Amino acid sequence: MKNRLLWPLLALAALLLLNLVVTPSFFEMRIQDGHLYGGLVDVLKNGAPTLLIALGMTLVIATRGIDLSVGAVAAIAGAVTCVHIGTSGDVGTAFVGMAIALVLCALLGLWNGFLVAGLGIQPIIATLVLMTAGRGVAMLVTEGQIITVNNDAYRQVGAGFLVLPISILIALAVLGLVALTTRKTALGMLIESVGVNPEASRLAGVRAKTIIWTVYVFAAVCAGIAGLMISSNVSAADANNAGLWIEMDAILAVVIGGTSLAGGRYSLTGTLLGALIIQTLTTTVYTIGVAPEVTLVFKAVVVIAVCLVQAPKARAALSFRKVAVSS
Amino acid sequence: MTEPDTPIVEMRGISLAFPGVKALQDVDFRLFPGEVHALMGENGAGKSTLIKTLTGVHTPDSGTVQLAGDTVAFAEPAQAQQAGISTVYQEVNLCANLTVAENILLGREPRKRGGIDFKAMRTQAAAVLARIGVHIDPASILDTHPIAVQQLVAIARAIAIDCRVLVLDEPTSSLDAGEVAELFRIMRVLRDEGVAILFVSHFLDQVYEIADRMTVLRNGTLVGEHLTKDLDRRSLISAMIGRELGVLEAIEDASERHKVSGPVLVQAEGLGRRGAIAPFDLDIRAGEVVGLAGLLGSGRTEMARLLFGADKATEGRLLVDGTPLHLRGPRSAIAAGIAFCSEDRKGEGLVADLSIRDNLVLAMQAARGWSRPVPRKLKDQLVEKYLKALDIRPANPDALVRTLSGGNQQKVLLARWLVTEPRLLILDEPTRGIDIGAKAQIQQLVTTLASEGTAVLFISAEMEEVVRIADRIVVLRDRQKIAELDGGSSIDEVVGLIAGEQLPEEVAS
Repeated sequence: MKNRLLWPLLALAALLLLNLVVTPSFFEMRIQDGHLYGGLVDVLKNGAPTLLIALGMTLVIATRGIDLSVGAVAAIAGAVTCVHIGTSGDVGTAFVGMAIALVLCALLGLWNGFLVAGLGIQPIIATLVLMTAGRGVAMLVTEGQIITVNNDAYRQVGAGFLVLPISILIALAVLGLVALTTRKTALGMLIESVGVNPEASRLAGVRAKTIIWTVYVFAAVCAGIAGLMISSNVSAADANNAGLWIEMDAILAVVIGGTSLAGGRYSLTGTLLGALIIQTLTTTVYTIGVAPEVTLVFKAVVVIAVCLVQAPKARAALSFRKVAVSS
Repeated sequence: MTEPDTPIVEMRGISLAFPGVKALQDVDFRLFPGEVHALMGENGAGKSTLIKTLTGVHTPDSGTVQLAGDTVAFAEPAQAQQAGISTVYQEVNLCANLTVAENILLGREPRKRGGIDFKAMRTQAAAVLARIGVHIDPASILDTHPIAVQQLVAIARAIAIDCRVLVLDEPTSSLDAGEVAELFRIMRVLRDEGVAILFVSHFLDQVYEIADRMTVLRNGTLVGEHLTKDLDRRSLISAMIGRELGVLEAIEDASERHKVSGPVLVQAEGLGRRGAIAPFDLDIRAGEVVGLAGLLGSGRTEMARLLFGADKATEGRLLVDGTPLHLRGPRSAIAAGIAFCSEDRKGEGLVADLSIRDNLVLAMQAARGWSRPVPRKLKDQLVEKYLKALDIRPANPDALVRTLSGGNQQKVLLARWLVTEPRLLILDEPTRGIDIGAKAQIQQLVTTLASEGTAVLFISAEMEEVVRIADRIVVLRDRQKIAELDGGSSIDEVVGLIAGEQLPEEVAS
């Protein structure tokens, strides 16, 4: 387990170091008006939505599934809340709007779970339905407009501070909650069991379908919270661009964290590292001034390098060289 | 068998260690052209490791491998295959959704203008199949054939290239008597063509029928190499398990049958599933061992799965303690105290990537629900108890089940159900593909459980085993229950019924 997290950890350290070299002030923190500011805080704040979605994705992937619809679900959550708030500045309206959005997300998760566990459709196809249709739903909700709101309570979710940015606190709270519920109960073991061998689990009496259903609902709710953050941060709902391609970042975070797409053993700490690596990478692109047109290529190269060092074959080659050098 | 002068394969002083285990220590092995050589030993004796060292899966830490006099060191299986060493593994390692011809020639398809020449491929495949006398359509999808035929396709694939050494790792474990005979015929054909065949099987009858020579391993070391005709069964078994036959004899004693007169625990009334098994009646009493005898495909597994709710019955009903039980799935059966060890350990039994500990408590945990984890202390107690009681090795609860040998995996699966303290334990082929020591332990366990009041439904392809430990034998043929016999019945009687030679005296439903 420790070993599995070593490479992501090193990759993260290397990226941070690179930032430090380029921007010596990167690690500086300062408190202003009771708010903590600094390069690291920015990384965490901007990475919070990805981390949330990646957490849900981790459990889905552990059951051998995948959820492509999370980006669309995030857009729907933002759209529904903003439309509900409208021109109101009321705290209550904001909370009701967010509650409606999250309940709706849970229903969308039920839909995904129904397609996967109920009808037995392959997860990638089943969630592709909502990935494409979901954006359409968000467009319908916003009637094709970018809805802007002016509601202080709502702004807090994505842009507020409680010493640390509130979005960071929310993401960490969800991480802690998931870690507790899966590792202190038997849920984690049963999820892994279903992921490794669904039929054997069923014959051992595990409610495999219920578990699969649960993880899709959880993933959708996580996506919903992330959607609220994204929308709240800019006080607007953009059905087209909110959470666009975030499912890919989330899947990447999970894989970088060492959870296999083949299902089974998963690591939440790994996912946390993965999400941080991806966000740091995005930040690094700006701080070291990579030209915008090669940004994606730069990201791809780093991701490939991280995945490579985790591959058993590459690792064997590396340790072989180490032995050769020492002897 | 003639005695050729030079072995085609000669392995000398092979040693190989895995983390924490010395898998092979200074093992010598030789294989002559035109012979069938049986590699014998218990599970964990190092048979598979030795084979994998020969076929390039593992690289030995020390020792040399010579092929036809040249020292070779294969870095990967493909190289060994190039050199003429082909392997057929116990589990069919083919692509179920490709055609027979594609499977036989996978990776060496005949080509035409940059594409695959499908016509030539079918012709070539048909020729290979004809060589071993298997008559199936090369263009058919592999999946549509029974496992036994798939096994023959695997052999066809192995001999499709110029093959000097053919390794058959437990090829017979899922075959019935007729299919084994067919396999042996093919093996003799190949042997007479000069192919050296390395054969691993846990069925002593088969080994004595086909092998010319045998090498015995124990705990990773070489015990000896003998001509089959020089080594009788008793000596072979002693050599393999390294102790006197006390364990086996204890089982013989246990076969002193007791009359079971406990209350009827589970009762099937006209239970059946269309296309799987015809409706049958069956009573199982507490403390009784009921054996299911029948050929592969006779409906043994189907019957077991219906009783457990793994498949839904299309007619009839199941009563537990005289009350009808609505079987919605395995969970309701488990709640009623029924446990089922599938014959397909890998596919339907164990969760390979989880630890021994997790596998052991899985059924118990599933019954409790996710929110009430089995307390750590109880878990440790159970794990310790069953690791010891069933002699599971390695006795490391954190070891992944995937890394265990077949016999130990079977014991973990058994332990998973024993911790739930079932009232009816259904064992589908619990002793298949495992060594004689573990076999004896499992048979012993069955008798002990029964004497403590657990009902056991015991399925095995080995008639001897069924006859020895069952109090009552249910005979199946062509997906129908055709008779019930008393425990004292002879193998001949059972075999006669199965073969349909004599009319069953008592026909059920």
